[in-house]
Amino acid sequence: MNRYPVWKYATLLVALLIGALYTLPNFFGEAPAVQVSAAKTTVKVDTAVLGRVEEALKTNGLAADAISLEGGSIKARFNSTDVQLKAKDAIQKALVPNPDEPSFVVALNLLPRSPAWLAALNAAPMYLGLDLRGGVHFMLQVDMAAVLTKKAESLTGDLRTTLREKNIRHGGISRQGNTVEVRVRDAATLETTRRLVSEQFADLQTTDVADGSEFKLVATLKPQAARLVQDQALKQNITTLHNRINELGVAEPVIQQQGLDRIVVQLPGVQDTAKAKDILGRTATLELRMVEESAEGRAAETGTGPVPLGAERFLDRSGQAVIVKKQVVLTGDNLTDAQPGFDSQTNEPTVNLSLDAKGTRIFKDVTRESVGKRMAIILFEKGKGEVVTAPVIRTEIGGGRVQISGRMTTMEAADTSLLLRAGSLAAPMEIIEERTIGPSLGAENIAMGFSSVAWGFLAVAVFMCVYYALFGVFSTVALAVNLLLLVAVLSMMQATLTLPGMAAMALVLGMAIDANVLINERVREELRNGAAPQTAIHAGYDRAWATILDSNVTTLIAGLALLAFGSGPVRGFAVVHCLGILTSMFSGVFFSRGLVNLWYGRQKKLKGVSIGTVWRPEGS
Amino acid sequence: MEFFKIRRDIPFMRHAMVFNLISLATFLAAVFFLFSRGLHLSVEFTGGTLMEVSYSQAADLEQVRKTIGELGYQDVQVQNFGNARDVLIRMPAVKSVSSAQQSERVLAALQSPANPVTLRRTEFVGPQVGDELATDGLKALAFVVVGIMIYLAFRFEWKFSVAAILANLHDVVIILGFFAYFQWEFSLPVLAAVLAVLGYSVNESVVIFDRIRENFRRYRKLDTVGIIDNAITSTISRTIITHGCTQLMVLSMLVFGGPTLHYFALALTIGILFGIYSSVFVAAAIAMWLGIKREDLIKGTVAKKPGDPQDPNDGAVV
Repeated sequence: MNRYPVWKYATLLVALLIGALYTLPNFFGEAPAVQVSAAKTTVKVDTAVLGRVEEALKTNGLAADAISLEGGSIKARFNSTDVQLKAKDAIQKALVPNPDEPSFVVALNLLPRSPAWLAALNAAPMYLGLDLRGGVHFMLQVDMAAVLTKKAESLTGDLRTTLREKNIRHGGISRQGNTVEVRVRDAATLETTRRLVSEQFADLQTTDVADGSEFKLVATLKPQAARLVQDQALKQNITTLHNRINELGVAEPVIQQQGLDRIVVQLPGVQDTAKAKDILGRTATLELRMVEESAEGRAAETGTGPVPLGAERFLDRSGQAVIVKKQVVLTGDNLTDAQPGFDSQTNEPTVNLSLDAKGTRIFKDVTRESVGKRMAIILFEKGKGEVVTAPVIRTEIGGGRVQISGRMTTMEAADTSLLLRAGSLAAPMEIIEERTIGPSLGAENIAMGFSSVAWGFLAVAVFMCVYYALFGVFSTVALAVNLLLLVAVLSMMQATLTLPGMAAMALVLGMAIDANVLINERVREELRNGAAPQTAIHAGYDRAWATILDSNVTTLIAGLALLAFGSGPVRGFAVVHCLGILTSMFSGVFFSRGLVNLWYGRQKKLKGVSIGTVWRPEGS
Repeated sequence: MEFFKIRRDIPFMRHAMVFNLISLATFLAAVFFLFSRGLHLSVEFTGGTLMEVSYSQAADLEQVRKTIGELGYQDVQVQNFGNARDVLIRMPAVKSVSSAQQSERVLAALQSPANPVTLRRTEFVGPQVGDELATDGLKALAFVVVGIMIYLAFRFEWKFSVAAILANLHDVVIILGFFAYFQWEFSLPVLAAVLAVLGYSVNESVVIFDRIRENFRRYRKLDTVGIIDNAITSTISRTIITHGCTQLMVLSMLVFGGPTLHYFALALTIGILFGIYSSVFVAAAIAMWLGIKREDLIKGTVAKKPGDPQDPNDGAVV
């Protein structure tokens, strides 16, 4: 009765093999490495770059243990930090000749030392959280109210322009909070205005309010449009953060949306928090200035003369010099939106800008006086300006809607509008949570977590073996298998392991032994009541199963609650806790039964089992 | 080896009243301390900045307090963390200064050539995050309580689920009472420990209830008190050994886990000890007073004709 069919043993063996395979990478440790990735979206890391990296290493007489190109980055592994640092310098020199204009990020990193065949199986070591490897964690809150206000401001301008184009007379348009109010004198105008809004402004919904003898049309952003705007703002901010963090040279930055209005940034290995915060919090600014078109300006532009007084020299993105006046026409504050589009007549790609009321007024005046001249849009980041574009003004531009066109590809139009929006970062952000963990602390945390698990395991194992004899050994082996499977599953899933996660590992092992204690006690009880050894084993496992299931389900409910509502350290705990309960059911019942069956199942005339003392009260 | 050589059933239920009174007294004391002293919530819940710095020689806490006080920060707590060289500094959130500036200014002020200091970690939590964590914690607690009650009501009967939850919620309150009385720091990992304990000690009660159900089937002659006594007696060795093993693990965390896991392990220790007490002495007694009967658990054993439309026990039979 205590025999497993062959397929059950096969299942156990396969589970054990897979478990061992995926646990294996954790034993190889990590090697120092250099990682090369692109700093700009326009730059691609490909085999050509790989060739340059290999060339640079060769000319400097440095040997990499392994070098690979995957997922848009090159990773080169070295056998010591000494070589790693030298290699980083060599690669940096070869790929980034001008440190002010980096097109590649060359960063130090740690890579698993596991052999290639394991990597080919996608077997990687557990992903350590920041508290175990050191680094910086930020949570940023995006000010969504400001996003909506800005959108309302932009819509107000658009509506004003459209009404003027259609020759609809109104008594004033203004923005009140996040709504746009249009005052009109009579019911007929109210009706035309409403129709116009519903035809041309799909994002707005309107209600009329009687305002004395006059009428007022109140337009608000539709909820789904508002969501879209906020979503875009968040994406925008994430893109901007990505670009900025690239400068820091972090090997594996994590930038993620969390909830509706939050962004989590994790920079493993970064210690200079001050710099990181500075870069994250930096706002790029945008300025619109006139190009210096005098003879001196032209001469300076071609490099044949000095930059004239009251002007400055900036480079555009292709490296061409542009001489602009120091006087600022408009700043990014007056820009409410920038979107790529197409010219309705020529079908050329364009960049469409929207200005707010003040911006519209100034822009109209300036363009009226400067038809035929060039206006430069300059993006300032870390105090350095770059000309995004410098188009020629063709006509006077009123209405606050500016179209930039000419000699652009669709891609360039999209890039330019992204840059312009970045200049007026979609929404202000604020750091609401910050965590810094030094590298030495991370290493200490690993050591402490590890010794907690190891010593606890040892104590439990010794007790079980002494108290339950051979059955205790089976239980201990099952517990070890539980640990193996848990580590394997965590490695496979690449779930983040944190210090609370390691605590959960220890705790789950302490709880998992419960299943085996239940079974062993039950077997003893059956023996005490006079059952034959084989029957006792069978009944013990059978009867304990229902109890084990019940008790594990209640523990799992608690684990799931933590997973659903927990954040940060609690989540790290909950993931390991839940997985551990699942693996413990497998190892504690199925696996330990397999061991027992293998050992005792074949003996037909079993006299006794080694399960420690089976005490019987005298006289019974 | 056998620790439990019990000759006959221990009459646990005879003293049920006494055990429950002890339980009630502890519970009331815990509630009293919770209200009178309150929990010492960590920065995660209250919002503020926490810094752990490491000096190269033993740190002079008075000096540290004075230095930070001179920067103009109020309500700063300074204490040793683990050893004499490591210092933990807690500062409440200040409106005008950003977190970044706060920690940098403090670190710069603490720096002295005689005893250089390095930053080991900082943690800043905005007040809005703290509030959310507190509500999320309560939601999680509610989810666990409701989830477990539904499961037990489904597997056993509502009387058991009420008894188990009452017994184990009182464990949770007692853990919180300890944290309030000693003013230990209540952080997110401690919250995780508390909820884990709730799930864990419920499974203790489940084991006993399981045995009660089995006994109802097996010993038809025995009355409810006898059945419960027998169920507790025959599971007590398992209860103590299991908890002992879990406690060995927790002890290992307490000893080797360092200061970060200290309160986590402490919460688990209290939870495990009171978990045994409440499962053995309290949960079953409450179930008894709620009036569990053989008929509640054993359905369909009454002689019945299969397919009888009048049979109330027809249908789902487990």
